[in-house]
Amino acid sequence: MSHGSALSATSQPSRTGSQGPAGRGGSLRRRSATGWLFIAPFAVVYLLFLVAPLAYAFYLSLFSKGLATGTIFAGLGNYATAFTDPAFLSGVWFVLKFAVVLIPVQMAISLAVALVLDAITTRFARFARLMVFLPYAIPAVIGALMWGFLYSPTFGPLQQLFNVFGGQAPFLLGPSHVFGGLMNVVIWQWAGYYMIIIYAALQGIDTSIYEAARIDGASSWQLAFRIKVPLVSSALVLILVFALIGTLQFFTEPQILRLVSNGTITPEFTPNIYAYTQAFSYANFNYASAISFALGIVVFIAVYVFLFFTRKRGSFLS
Amino acid sequence: MKKSRVAAAFSAVAIAAGLAACSGGGGTSSGTGAAGTSPKLTNCTNKMMNGAPQVSVWAWYPNMATVVDNFNKAHTDVQVCWTNAGQGGDEYTKVQTAISAGKGLPDVVMLEADHLSSYEIQNALVDISKYGADKVKGNFSAGAWKDVSQGSAVYAAPVDGGPMALIYRTDIFAKYGITTPPATWAEYEADAQKVKDAGGPVFGDLGSNVPAVMMALQIQKGATPFAYDLSKPKDLTVNLADQPSKDVLDYWAGLVKKGLVGKEDQFTTDYISGVVSGKYATYVSAAWAPGYLTGAGVGKGASSGVWAVAPLPQWDPSNPVSVNWGGSAFAVTSQATDKALAAEVALGLYADPASLDDGWKTQTIFPLNQSVLTSDAFINNKSAFFNGQTANKDVYIPAENAYKGMVYAPITVYYYAQLQAELVKINAGQISGADAATELQANILKYAKGQGFTVTG
Repeated sequence: MSHGSALSATSQPSRTGSQGPAGRGGSLRRRSATGWLFIAPFAVVYLLFLVAPLAYAFYLSLFSKGLATGTIFAGLGNYATAFTDPAFLSGVWFVLKFAVVLIPVQMAISLAVALVLDAITTRFARFARLMVFLPYAIPAVIGALMWGFLYSPTFGPLQQLFNVFGGQAPFLLGPSHVFGGLMNVVIWQWAGYYMIIIYAALQGIDTSIYEAARIDGASSWQLAFRIKVPLVSSALVLILVFALIGTLQFFTEPQILRLVSNGTITPEFTPNIYAYTQAFSYANFNYASAISFALGIVVFIAVYVFLFFTRKRGSFLS
Repeated sequence: MKKSRVAAAFSAVAIAAGLAACSGGGGTSSGTGAAGTSPKLTNCTNKMMNGAPQVSVWAWYPNMATVVDNFNKAHTDVQVCWTNAGQGGDEYTKVQTAISAGKGLPDVVMLEADHLSSYEIQNALVDISKYGADKVKGNFSAGAWKDVSQGSAVYAAPVDGGPMALIYRTDIFAKYGITTPPATWAEYEADAQKVKDAGGPVFGDLGSNVPAVMMALQIQKGATPFAYDLSKPKDLTVNLADQPSKDVLDYWAGLVKKGLVGKEDQFTTDYISGVVSGKYATYVSAAWAPGYLTGAGVGKGASSGVWAVAPLPQWDPSNPVSVNWGGSAFAVTSQATDKALAAEVALGLYADPASLDDGWKTQTIFPLNQSVLTSDAFINNKSAFFNGQTANKDVYIPAENAYKGMVYAPITVYYYAQLQAELVKINAGQISGADAATELQANILKYAKGQGFTVTG
């Protein structure tokens, strides 16, 4: 109701502004020019800092440069190389596995914390909310450095714990533990952020629905899983997409922990690290651009597949 | 992970955007941009002594501030503007990016010998033989000069070398009854076993992040990893799986398997803490190591006065071979505005007696200048780190004099990364030394061919 009146209110002045049939065309053109003017600041930044660099990177990816050959046009050759390059594919395989294991665990934790914090309203809840969110406020690089020390076989608390029993703690960045070690860092960093998104969605639910459910005899569990979770499902899909994209682009944490990983984290550990290494260590900007685009394609496909399977009736994908 | 996840699916390619920006005009801007006879540089770590034209320099020597001041005080025609762009690999990443970008390099850059040919082939370095390098040739040994030159062309002015030796702990050796340090690698293994059987610490360490050491140790046994001559820049011989290479990798893989050496990456906080606390009985390293170890806190407190050095163990004691790790030089880049002036800096910086004295007394450099190598003070110096041992006379000078130079390929960064990956596999017990050598050979062959080299091997 209020929505409709607002619409008619805004359209009113513009209707009176047009000066008869003759002036209508010119006025429309002027109006559309004004519209362009309004989006110009965004458009300029968008074109200059997103579209142009992407176009240039794509252009770069079509060439190949060898130390001894110089630059030659390669067409899509770099992409063919990328999708048959075991180093790139092993990186893609790692991030896909990582996403499949990490995301459900991360979602479950953030959803559980959000539901608990939504259900209790004491001062402790506010404090806990802040504490859970805090890791997200710590820069990722600092967080990774900190975990590097926590995992240290010499100084880490885990080793000190094992020292009490005279044992050797597992090195969480060693070949057989690095998966879990990194997962722990990422969950620590991001669970709070997702929790806040879900929590905000929960706060937006009309509480009269809860009252109605209570009157109908719903228990707290039923309230949480039959009412709250379905109502925040769009928020859940949103953070799933965020998590999926972020995980496939995994870079900062392994890049920082690489130095203390005894070589477990290789220069081709994830596709992004591989692209970075190709560009800045091997001076292979062309191939690095191709890898980046290839990763973009993988991310796009993964997100599309995910959205396709979680689509609702009436959404743009169905 | 990136914080700005809201950038949605296409932000995956944002890194590509970053790359584009960097190859287009990024890199660090430490000079050379503005043309003109007297460029004034802004981001110098040091203060200028006068208004003379400036030359930008990247270097990571621990005592570089002193060295730069010494140079600037003595010169009214040129001033050095110094930046520390990182040590080793960190700097090389920036150098490579600046080369790719076509701008952003300093006029003069500190490089290790193993990286020279990688930049020479990209025409990033200037032949300084015609700028006075030939005049100082007599100050250096033949091996040292070979490391910085290609035929008659000279691509850098040598500063320090890295003759390798066996640094060891006298307290651990005494405790486990090792009276003389091992002279051969067989004795090294036997001593390691002896210490282990007596419940002692590991004898050494196979760090995957120091592949240059492994390369040197392979060369010591007679391996010839690469043959490369810049006069035929497209021809490269790769020979990483010859018998000596396999033997040395197998030897170290064996030590790892028997638990005689550690598997930790070197120069990490964990590693240094282990060095201080006596976790390793020996350290196979170069002459500059004591200075860097001291800088990291080794040789103080619990670990003071326990260090000594012996010649590097040999495969064949009747035919000893001397090898190098690191060692550095100043190169003039092709992006330098005034190449003659830059060459004057490259040849004169860290070449004055005061700076050299400061460097070798702290053992952060092993000077290559014969004026130092033959001076009494240097020869008879009693090293504080080595508890008064005359390390130069006993170990390092003979090692340097026997050093014949090594040949590096123009793909050093890639080669080291692949060798590192193989060392990781060896440390994890996934592969034998010989198989690692075979795999490495195949990888490097493929890469070199992809780079357009005509590869033999």
